[in-house]
Amino acid sequence: MPANSVGIVEPKSHTFPGPFKLACGRVLDEYTLVYETYGTLNADKSNGVLICHALSGHHHAAGYHSESDKRPGWWDHYIGPGKPIDTNKFFVVAVNNLGGCHGSTGPSSVNPQTGKPWGPDFPPLRARDWVHSQAQLADLLGIQQWAAVVGGSLGGMQAMRWSLEYPDRLRHCVVIASAMKLSAQNIAFNETARQAITSDPDFRDGRYLEEETLPRHGLSVARMIGHITYLSDDGLGKKFGRELRSGTFEQGVEELVEFQVQSYLRYQGDTFSGSFDPNTYILMTRALDYFDLAREYNDDPVEAFSHARCKFMLVSFTSDWRFAPERSREIVDALMHANIPVTYAEVESPMGHDAFLLPNERYEKFFSAYMNNVAREHSAEITSGVAK
Amino acid sequence: MIRQDLDIIYDWVPEQSRVLDLGCGDGTLLERLTREKQVSGYGLEIDPKQIQKCVERGVNVVEQNLDNGLKNFADHSFDTVVMTQALQTLRFPHLVVEEMLRVGRECIITFPNFGQWKARWHLAVSGRMPVSDLLPYEWYDTPNIHFCTFKDFEVLCREHRWKILHRQVVSESPVSGVLKDFLPNLFGETAIYHLTR
Repeated sequence: MPANSVGIVEPKSHTFPGPFKLACGRVLDEYTLVYETYGTLNADKSNGVLICHALSGHHHAAGYHSESDKRPGWWDHYIGPGKPIDTNKFFVVAVNNLGGCHGSTGPSSVNPQTGKPWGPDFPPLRARDWVHSQAQLADLLGIQQWAAVVGGSLGGMQAMRWSLEYPDRLRHCVVIASAMKLSAQNIAFNETARQAITSDPDFRDGRYLEEETLPRHGLSVARMIGHITYLSDDGLGKKFGRELRSGTFEQGVEELVEFQVQSYLRYQGDTFSGSFDPNTYILMTRALDYFDLAREYNDDPVEAFSHARCKFMLVSFTSDWRFAPERSREIVDALMHANIPVTYAEVESPMGHDAFLLPNERYEKFFSAYMNNVAREHSAEITSGVAK
Repeated sequence: MIRQDLDIIYDWVPEQSRVLDLGCGDGTLLERLTREKQVSGYGLEIDPKQIQKCVERGVNVVEQNLDNGLKNFADHSFDTVVMTQALQTLRFPHLVVEEMLRVGRECIITFPNFGQWKARWHLAVSGRMPVSDLLPYEWYDTPNIHFCTFKDFEVLCREHRWKILHRQVVSESPVSGVLKDFLPNLFGETAIYHLTR
């Protein structure tokens, strides 16, 4: 296990009593959230950092679940001792969102009213529902104000929603490779992915758990589509080119050819479809599509952000075409118009949207420097508090 | 190098005003203005190394290429728009100054004086483009593509009817320091102009 890992971590779980009213108007009688924490909460409970996950993420953001665990959490590169989100300084909370499929209440949980899995009857969720449930988790942990709420992609949308729904409950909002709303092209990709799932004969109108089938094939195709859009043309080209895995182009030989990129994509789809719930995938992509930060603010992002009280840090990546730098610049422009402190970097990377999860020297240094300020600001406040 | 121009700009920026610093470098000026004069605002910069220094200083820095203009800023959204030692690197310096005066009520611009005696001497004697401590590039790899002298800049101001609120000339060497008051275009190394419309 690497020295700069948070080490072995254990997920925790809490069931919150309802009624919990959702944006769609429906009410959950109760719900469970699964989460992990790294680092130590300080005495005045002011060093909390909330990690909001993206489409296919979950609560296991850093560290390992056992000695034999081969892979660390999904953002291990950026969370840990001495890493940008430094667990020597911060108390990091990573939660599996409501509607998820890694232990938090979602479509694969049992509906208490029917005794059967929720399946397609699970209420549709919005980013604000996640934010409200995360606020209840903050209450449970005694965290009145986060030092920072941090998220990439769909996670960045939640972080921004936090800044408007609970302006006094965070000091910094870190938004990475995100957008104020999806473009038509983005929604189109999500719809294609959903159609792949729902047109799988094993989908059974979403009641596959009751009928003991699983639309693995559909989910796998959905993931393959998503995966292509998270990488860049350049990135895929560099990684695979036109390299063959099997077969030959030799004339006179009839042997089907398989490109490396084909087998890579299928592997990605296969692995994912064995570990993710198709209804959750549909729910999460819909939440992405519905998100529009400024909808309730006369469609004016400047008016929206004028409600925020925290400082912002944004990062985008040059080859990300799913959440392109232009989308981040729109956020930055709105923040500057609203006269809100913001720091923004456009990081050179060939890795597409996935860059936010991967090692990148400039991104790491920039992120670290910003989070250092967050930590320093907070310790300066404590010192001046003592001096008074 | 001590940046005397920054001291002068510091004095010209009012307390608690809103400042936009174009090509803010390592953020020295903005940090000082924020800390000592409670100024709010942003620095725009394109060099990743400089952006990193800004973040380390806690300066609000935004990565933006000035050659793409300031279209993302509303009219008169800042009290002062500052640009130090970057005018000569721009593709269309005059258009950027126009933009600065649209976005800010006032603007402060500093640039190296190409009419300074060392530059004149260098060109006259060696017949080659001047290379100095302040401008250490060869002609082919220099980011400085639009050099001007104080006189040139004054002509530009007149042509565009920009009002000059203050002008000052600084020089790092003590001899030039005295002489620059008499013959600024010959002895001044850096010009600092405070403009409005």
